[in-house]
Amino acid sequence: MATSVAAKVSGPAGINAGRAVRRYGWTVAVYVLFATLMVATLIVKPDFGAFEWNTLTLAALPLAFAAAAQTMVVLSGGIDLSVGPLMALANVLALRATVGHDLRYSVGVALLVLLEVTLAGALNGAIIVLTRVPDIVVTLAMSFVWAGLALLVLAKPTPGIPLDFQNLAQGSTFSPWVPNALLLLLVIPLVWIPLRRSRAGLAIYAVGSDRNAAFRSGVNLGLSRVLAYAVGGFFAACGGLALSMTTGVGSPLAGTYYTLSGVSAIVLGGVSLAGGRGGMLGPLAAAYILSLIPAVLIYLGIDPNYGQMIQGVLIVIVVMIGGIGTVLRRA
Amino acid sequence: MAAVPDDASVADSSALLEASGLIKSFGPVVALRGADLRVRGGEIHALMGANGAGKSTLVKILTGALTADGGTITLGGRPRTFHSTSEARRAGLICVYQDPSLLPDLTVLQNLKLTATPISLFRHYLAELGLEGFDLQSLPRELARPTLSLLDLARALAIEPQLLLLDEITASLPADLTVRVFNVARQLRAEGRSVIFISHRLAEVGALCDRATVLRDGKTVGVVEPAQGGEERIVQLMLGPVAATGAVSMEVRDLKAGMLSGVSFMLRFGEVLGVAALEGQGQQELFDCLAGVRRPESGQIVVGGKARVFRHPADAIRAGVVLIPADRLQALLRQRSVRENIALPLVNRFSRWGPINPRREKRRVESAVKRLQIDTRVQSEVRRLSGGNQQKVGIARWLASGFNTLLCFDPTRGIDIGTKRQIYGLVKELAANGSAVLLFTSELPEIQLACNRVIVLFGGELVDEMPASEADEQALLRAAHGLPSEADAEQQAPEGA
Repeated sequence: MATSVAAKVSGPAGINAGRAVRRYGWTVAVYVLFATLMVATLIVKPDFGAFEWNTLTLAALPLAFAAAAQTMVVLSGGIDLSVGPLMALANVLALRATVGHDLRYSVGVALLVLLEVTLAGALNGAIIVLTRVPDIVVTLAMSFVWAGLALLVLAKPTPGIPLDFQNLAQGSTFSPWVPNALLLLLVIPLVWIPLRRSRAGLAIYAVGSDRNAAFRSGVNLGLSRVLAYAVGGFFAACGGLALSMTTGVGSPLAGTYYTLSGVSAIVLGGVSLAGGRGGMLGPLAAAYILSLIPAVLIYLGIDPNYGQMIQGVLIVIVVMIGGIGTVLRRA
Repeated sequence: MAAVPDDASVADSSALLEASGLIKSFGPVVALRGADLRVRGGEIHALMGANGAGKSTLVKILTGALTADGGTITLGGRPRTFHSTSEARRAGLICVYQDPSLLPDLTVLQNLKLTATPISLFRHYLAELGLEGFDLQSLPRELARPTLSLLDLARALAIEPQLLLLDEITASLPADLTVRVFNVARQLRAEGRSVIFISHRLAEVGALCDRATVLRDGKTVGVVEPAQGGEERIVQLMLGPVAATGAVSMEVRDLKAGMLSGVSFMLRFGEVLGVAALEGQGQQELFDCLAGVRRPESGQIVVGGKARVFRHPADAIRAGVVLIPADRLQALLRQRSVRENIALPLVNRFSRWGPINPRREKRRVESAVKRLQIDTRVQSEVRRLSGGNQQKVGIARWLASGFNTLLCFDPTRGIDIGTKRQIYGLVKELAANGSAVLLFTSELPEIQLACNRVIVLFGGELVDEMPASEADEQALLRAAHGLPSEADAEQQAPEGA
């Protein structure tokens, strides 16, 4: 009995194929899905070139940040329904402060906006931890607060983001196939990888995985959750700035779409809504998949409004396939 | 407590941990009302008590998971108060719980990093527990429960604690792994370190522990040396004074229903009457009739001196006869709070379909929770509770609405051994406080744990009755198969020859 337990748990040293599939299978599958879609796109539109690729990365950039923001919070066992309004807030703050200024000033403003919206995210988390009101209720309520604040800052969509600042995202500094919008995504691994390797990152996973066990392991539950919301706020701010750079417009309502699309992206990307499971790679690919679908429809000459329906069907099918996998493993 | 002269407090300078007069309450529930615990350096000390006696609360206070409302803790002679588990850990106090506290979604290695555990020591202790060459990249979610317990234990050992608390760790371990845990505990003792051991298995406590502190109702009621025949004493202390049996609560006369063909017996207040039977000997029909689920074909059920006809379970409940079914979730609303579950029969009684009187409901519910010391807030959903606590909620609802006769039909089916004992302890307590209990269990060896007297059903008839002291497994098995008891058989043998 005892030896069987030991044998069962230790397994062969080195790479364990079954385990690798269980742990990374989903992420790999999401990238395969993305690659398949890209191939389909090239078939539908043989002249797909650098310009189209640039357009796609521009469209995907805000969504990728929204997905990253939601991933942070969901991994810690919460959910943030105010990601969209936080993005809008960052977007309008950036417009108000940068109109008519040069690049240097704009970048300074951007850094300040990042700080402010990170604090706003931390405030979301702090309210949840201190009041013990469920995440979904607090962030829903706060979504109205942040949306209202965005409207106070800027009452209606207004253009005027400095062109130099826009070009940070819209140009292709190094190669037409490596647009700046793709490079800006590097912000995510720059924050994520050190965090993932730190004890704080472990604590975020721990809190989302099993709060009681995390508490017994000596994890500071409140601080870990606030941290997750704060980093979520940071990514939401990046998303808002990305909106500014890709559209050139400050719009108090622009963020609305990104709250639930972010949730779609993380579900598709293999992050468990129950918390504690998943990573950052899957949601990023999912953001690209979700941005690619409407583009493909346009190339096909289909009303892009079908895109939303296809998104919905895709999510159900993908999650269902994942569920079948789980059932088969158990059997 | 202070007035009691305690020579130990003067002489026992070797005390590693000394907790005295600890008090803790959760809203209306008082979990500890003056608990004392003194653990010497180099001893294995058992902490005993029925479910709800306050063991878990005491452990949580010692390890910093909770802060006491009153009382003092000294460690190595210095007064200490821990505000977090990590603080207690730094002081050398660590607890391993029955349900392992490894994060399921982090690898074992990440779990170790999370708690800043020295990896080489962890490997060393893991080897000692028989898990050499364990793969630290495994996810706890994919590991077997006993393995998780050992990992959790090794992680605790790796910080080289002064005082290791084992909270029912053996409940989820097979016997051979339990032996390894014991060996490690003895090794700690040999090194001059101490272990607090919590288990419901008296045999384990007798085999392992030097001394045992017994808690009842949140108070320390005694310190016993289990090795010197102290096990009996522990049980006495745990259960407290037992009331004598009294007046007749229920009389069953010649009851016939389906399989059941004419059964008569009496049930008294203050006793637990066991029903022993193999599968399908009429016990289901008996309990169904008594609870009003089914109408008997003939015969009488006399409750409180009056013959009753139960058309519906509500009739039985009004007469004070209530049923705890085998599947506790059959009777409870999983998704609803403890409070609503307890109040459900109350609502029926006070106001029928009208508005609920919240103040009255609250008072009753809280007093029932208090009495059973259910280890939870009344707001928690029932599905979040442990099996034992769920069964307690099932009992608490009847405490709140009032009953005099409790029918328990296989209440411990599918429940682990530790929890079984807790439920039997609770049933005994209820009887000791004056209720009458009729208990059927499908596991014959357990009859002696809970019952004062046993009746045996075979083929729908009552074939035997015996006091619990004679009702060992063998005697019950014979009777339940319709065989005469050994004593009868011996008497008849010469006549036959």
